[in-house]
Amino acid sequence: MPDYNVPVPRYWRNIPTYYRLTVSRCRSCGRVYYPPRARCVCGSRDIEQVSLLDACRKFRLAEFTVLHSVSVDFEKQKPLIFGLVKCENPEVSLVSPITDVLNVGDLQSGIELEPVFRVVKRDGSYGIVCYGTKFRIATREVKV
Amino acid sequence: MRAGIAGWGTYIPRFRISTREIARVWGDDPLRIRDLYLIDEKTVENYDEDAVTMAVEAARRALARAEISPRDVDCVFVGTESKPYAVKPVASILIDALGLRYDVQAVDAEFACKAASDMMLLTALAIEAGRYKHGLVVGSDASQGEPGEHLDYSASAGAVAYVLTGDREKMCAEIEGFYSYCSDTPDFWRRDGSPFPVHGEGFTGEPAYFRHIIAAARGLMEKLGLKPNDFDYVVFHQPNTRFPLRVASVLGFPIDKAKPGIVVDRIGNTYNASALLGLAKVLEIAKPGSRILVVTYGSGAGSNAISLVVTDKIEHKRELADKLSEQLEKKILIDYSMNLRFRKLIKMLHSG
Repeated sequence: MPDYNVPVPRYWRNIPTYYRLTVSRCRSCGRVYYPPRARCVCGSRDIEQVSLLDACRKFRLAEFTVLHSVSVDFEKQKPLIFGLVKCENPEVSLVSPITDVLNVGDLQSGIELEPVFRVVKRDGSYGIVCYGTKFRIATREVKV
Repeated sequence: MRAGIAGWGTYIPRFRISTREIARVWGDDPLRIRDLYLIDEKTVENYDEDAVTMAVEAARRALARAEISPRDVDCVFVGTESKPYAVKPVASILIDALGLRYDVQAVDAEFACKAASDMMLLTALAIEAGRYKHGLVVGSDASQGEPGEHLDYSASAGAVAYVLTGDREKMCAEIEGFYSYCSDTPDFWRRDGSPFPVHGEGFTGEPAYFRHIIAAARGLMEKLGLKPNDFDYVVFHQPNTRFPLRVASVLGFPIDKAKPGIVVDRIGNTYNASALLGLAKVLEIAKPGSRILVVTYGSGAGSNAISLVVTDKIEHKRELADKLSEQLEKKILIDYSMNLRFRKLIKMLHSG
């Protein structure tokens, strides 16, 4: 039996969220949910799916943390950096991996980030390659 | 042709390694290496980058410049020789990553470094025939080079994407014509299951690169009734800096027309993205009315020569996504050990 462990159906169901940062927005009260939810706390089920990549022009790093002790699946990617990323419109915060950082000193609260499509995990030698969205320091400042 | 470019997008990894650093590790003379290839630095894909991730990034920028909805794209074709899967397409991942419709034609093509340009031409023909309105074509490679060998100094990573259209209102460069020239010339290959390609050393030059590029370029100029003087820019496939400059000279183009399209000196050979990234660099500076000759080359071997004429939409398109010139500047230099780690060249019992 080849060594693959990622439950493929679960990964496949989450592709819109992983690839395009799809959030759910309540059409009644405007609340935004990431990860997406089928029902709003206001009781409404009138929910639309919105990709933050289309809706949000600017992402900023609020805070970040550097992990040197990581789970076995990510040992070869140490250190992992996770950031609290703020999107202004719609107003939503998400925890996301930060990539392309060699020197942690380059990261500061408030800097502009850009989303990038990256490999999150390769499932052994024979399993699937899981892709998703990470963030990195922006190439150019977005004028809004 | 009634088809042309509506938008282009480029993507190169931030990490770079200098050829001087590679020469230090392998005991080569860095000055001799630089003189041989005229390459200062090459890109290195991060541990979490591959031909798929770079293709997505380039395509997002191309769609932004094309100013069309992803839902209006009728086909997505990818030219690559470094797919992360032996069986499973890159093109289908692009559909969901970009938010394209599901009723599109999607396929990956392989002809060493040439496939992306073939897919551009096939898309243009389908557009001209009225089958597609807009098509997306991506060339993306995170290519392999055996450590310490010639390719270690040049094989790099990058992607380029073009949205093609038949709508003149959206067109920033019209395809004027093309000419293809192919033969069975074994100058470079990688057998199934082999981690690195084999290079035919001196055989890669005259009978392979130069023969096919020169034949395709001359064939196109004859077909269109054009002379070297009629072109403002020429862009050739770039395995190193010497080859494209030499082929320009052989074809009678002054060096000043070839230099603006050179990218290999700063990023290495990006294979399917190579000449097409050079074209993107030229589109960032070309004026309306400029005529550009692009000649791609794929080992095995073949060339596509394409003539494009820039339209007055070009100035507006440039600012709609980040430029290659900006991406070239935003870099992080790494040493050889990080290069080995990022490119997964260290043999391990446990991946992750």
